[in-house]
Amino acid sequence: MNLATLSADQVEAERLMTVCNSCRYCEGLCAVFPAMELRRAFPAGDLNYLANLCHGCGACYVDCQFTPPHEFKVDVPRVLAAVRAGSYADYAWPRAFAGLFRRNGLVVSLIAALSVALFVAGFALVHDRSALFAVHVGPAAFYKLMPHNTMAALFGGVFLYAILALAMGLRAFWNDIGAPDTRGVETGSLWQAIKDAGSLRYLDGGGVGCHNDDDQPTDTRKHWHHATFYGFMLCLAATSVATLYHYLLGRQAPYPWYDLPVVLGTLGGIGLLVGPVGLLRAKLKRDPLLRDESRFGMETAFLAMLFLTSLTGLALLVLRATPAMGTLLAIHLGVVFALFLTMPYGKFVHGLYRFAALVRYAKERKMIEAGHGEA
Amino acid sequence: MIDLTQRFDVLVAGGGNAALCAAIAARRAGASVLVLEGAPRFYRGGNTRHTRNMRCTHDSATETLSGPYSEDEFWEDLWRVTGGRTDEELARLMIRESRAMLGWIAEQGVRFQPSLGGTLSLGRTNSFFLGGGRAMLNALYRTAERLGVDILYDAPVTDLDIQDGMFLSATAAIGGKPVEIRAGTFVAAAGGFEANIEWLKEYWGEAAENFLIRGTPYNKGALLKLLLAKGVQQVGDPKQCHAVAIDARSPKFDGGIITRLDCVVFGIVVNRNGRRFHDEGEDFWPKRYAIWGRLVAAQPDQIAYILFDAPSLRMFMPSLYPAIEASTIRELATKLTLDPDALAATVEGFNAAVVPGTFDHTALDDCRTEGLTPPKTHWARRIETAPFYAYPVRPGITFTYLGTRVNKDSRILMSDGKSSANMFAAGEIMAGNVLGQGYAAGMGMTIGSVFGKIAGTSAAANARN
Repeated sequence: MNLATLSADQVEAERLMTVCNSCRYCEGLCAVFPAMELRRAFPAGDLNYLANLCHGCGACYVDCQFTPPHEFKVDVPRVLAAVRAGSYADYAWPRAFAGLFRRNGLVVSLIAALSVALFVAGFALVHDRSALFAVHVGPAAFYKLMPHNTMAALFGGVFLYAILALAMGLRAFWNDIGAPDTRGVETGSLWQAIKDAGSLRYLDGGGVGCHNDDDQPTDTRKHWHHATFYGFMLCLAATSVATLYHYLLGRQAPYPWYDLPVVLGTLGGIGLLVGPVGLLRAKLKRDPLLRDESRFGMETAFLAMLFLTSLTGLALLVLRATPAMGTLLAIHLGVVFALFLTMPYGKFVHGLYRFAALVRYAKERKMIEAGHGEA
Repeated sequence: MIDLTQRFDVLVAGGGNAALCAAIAARRAGASVLVLEGAPRFYRGGNTRHTRNMRCTHDSATETLSGPYSEDEFWEDLWRVTGGRTDEELARLMIRESRAMLGWIAEQGVRFQPSLGGTLSLGRTNSFFLGGGRAMLNALYRTAERLGVDILYDAPVTDLDIQDGMFLSATAAIGGKPVEIRAGTFVAAAGGFEANIEWLKEYWGEAAENFLIRGTPYNKGALLKLLLAKGVQQVGDPKQCHAVAIDARSPKFDGGIITRLDCVVFGIVVNRNGRRFHDEGEDFWPKRYAIWGRLVAAQPDQIAYILFDAPSLRMFMPSLYPAIEASTIRELATKLTLDPDALAATVEGFNAAVVPGTFDHTALDDCRTEGLTPPKTHWARRIETAPFYAYPVRPGITFTYLGTRVNKDSRILMSDGKSSANMFAAGEIMAGNVLGQGYAAGMGMTIGSVFGKIAGTSAAANARN
């Protein structure tokens, strides 16, 4: 093995996987260890695969007889978290932006602040005070402040860029983690991964619950993550329905409170308020031994962006018939713009890479069950 | 804060599977219980930390067991591995009670999984703990705490007040200070003395200095020594211990399961002089696994080297430490600081004696040597394809057999043959009642759980009278 190609975190992960592979007591806890058992050597791509397969439930730490202060110093959740975070930069597209993952909290905060400032300033420059602080109601009220086509072009543009950058990163990850003969995807593995990701199957400590604060399996991150994830998906659905309304039915935003885009957006918004707060609280209470401190900024920044997106969106909904609407719209659009722009360069990518790792694992499971596995 | 001035119904010394099963059973029977674990919290549980399964009788396949395991079969297995050196009444009691143990232990929060990769031969007989022994232990501790069992760590028992077979009080070092603790009954479940090198030397001489101890450094046998000194009847051969050949590069203590090497069958084993000393193809795992520790202990400097060649490298579980590699046997000898001429002669002699056969490491195949002493009776293949590999191995001591004699209530017997009024023992400290010698995987945990539960139940009943 050429150690020069591994990062310091990967070197440590490789050491741990060698220790774990000679033990295997944890193989019933999650997907990481059965995948490990199929291997004897752990090159960078495989370590990134295992790291993204790990959901950080902490069970293997609590169950391990070799954790610190034992001289083997086995701490799989923390080390794989560090490798995982490193992998986000490894696969960033374009390569030149990989550095954005360093001091990511600061980067995301600056972009968000700048984006909000530009939208507010833009609104202020284009409109006189009377229009900006006037009460606008009825269909197309938002577009009196920003023409629909401008809005669509700006957000469609940044959205497409984000999709492109994410797709390129995902492609690089997939090629790096897959043995050449297993790169194809069939629907069975895809469906299995959708079920595993959608239920957070591997965030339950092998069935008893996760460990976060200490060795009691009382972790509730699964619920907060569901609130966040499904909240995000509902918001995405709200936007999609609204887009269909606009182009297919010719109905212009804002919509009444009982209409589908508003209902979906409100429910999703509540999830995006509650979920990130719960996840942040869990993060602050997490056992320091399980925590990868250096990535705290990146994780907090992503939670903050989701929370702010929802908060500004709901504020806009509640106050859209008041003179505050203009300012709130500018702030909300600024936050959403920054969210899209930073998506490929922040914690958002964890979902894609973990999903891809789960697809790969579903394929490997089939190989194990068919008896082709090494173990 | 635990009130140590109170008189507990049951005092348990020890913190492993047997101790916790006793504590939980006694607490469930209504007794007040204090557990004194001599080790710090991280190292709690002694050898239980490193276990992974228990052997219990069951009538049919389950979600995690591939088939039935009858009482008779269990008894036959126990009889075979001990060579009949067992207390039949206690052994049969244990086997009978093991049937209910799978359910009982699951009720205490312990979870099971199908047998681990590489242990298919145990998939029918042994129930594997999900997450291993420490996970099992964590579940027992959580349950004990929830039920209101008081637990102290770093609290080794340093003295016992026993009069006419009656326990009155124990002295424990708590926060470094001696504290006298009174209790109605006493359960001794503090393991064996495998980590006490000085004690091992009494039976093994200086050779014991070269033993590696697979469990924690806290298994010193202090409680066992106290009990034997205070008139408790001894059971078991003091020289008997469960010893396997483990990687010589392992830590002195607590290397656990991962230092094991199960590749003897794929090559030859030589001593410090570069000479073979036993038939490497004698038998299957796990039998061969359990004899090589003692074989290596009998060699000069208590060290040996497993040698094999390239085709065998991936035929066994990956090892913790990499195999030492060389392109020739002589170069390998140099790396191992063995005499190159002697090693080359041994390998040449072995290769010349190998007769053609069909290699099958899952069966007692027909690959063997002819005219070689000692022979290799199965799985003998020439060691001829570079690179060549070696693992240095030393005896790894798992547990000891010397203990306290008990009756079917797990009650301690005194050296005059009378049973103690209020003292009980469970786990490794009394395993010698059932295991006179030999071992089969998972029996230690069965002894711990079954006799732990019996001891706890008996102690609670005793305390009420």
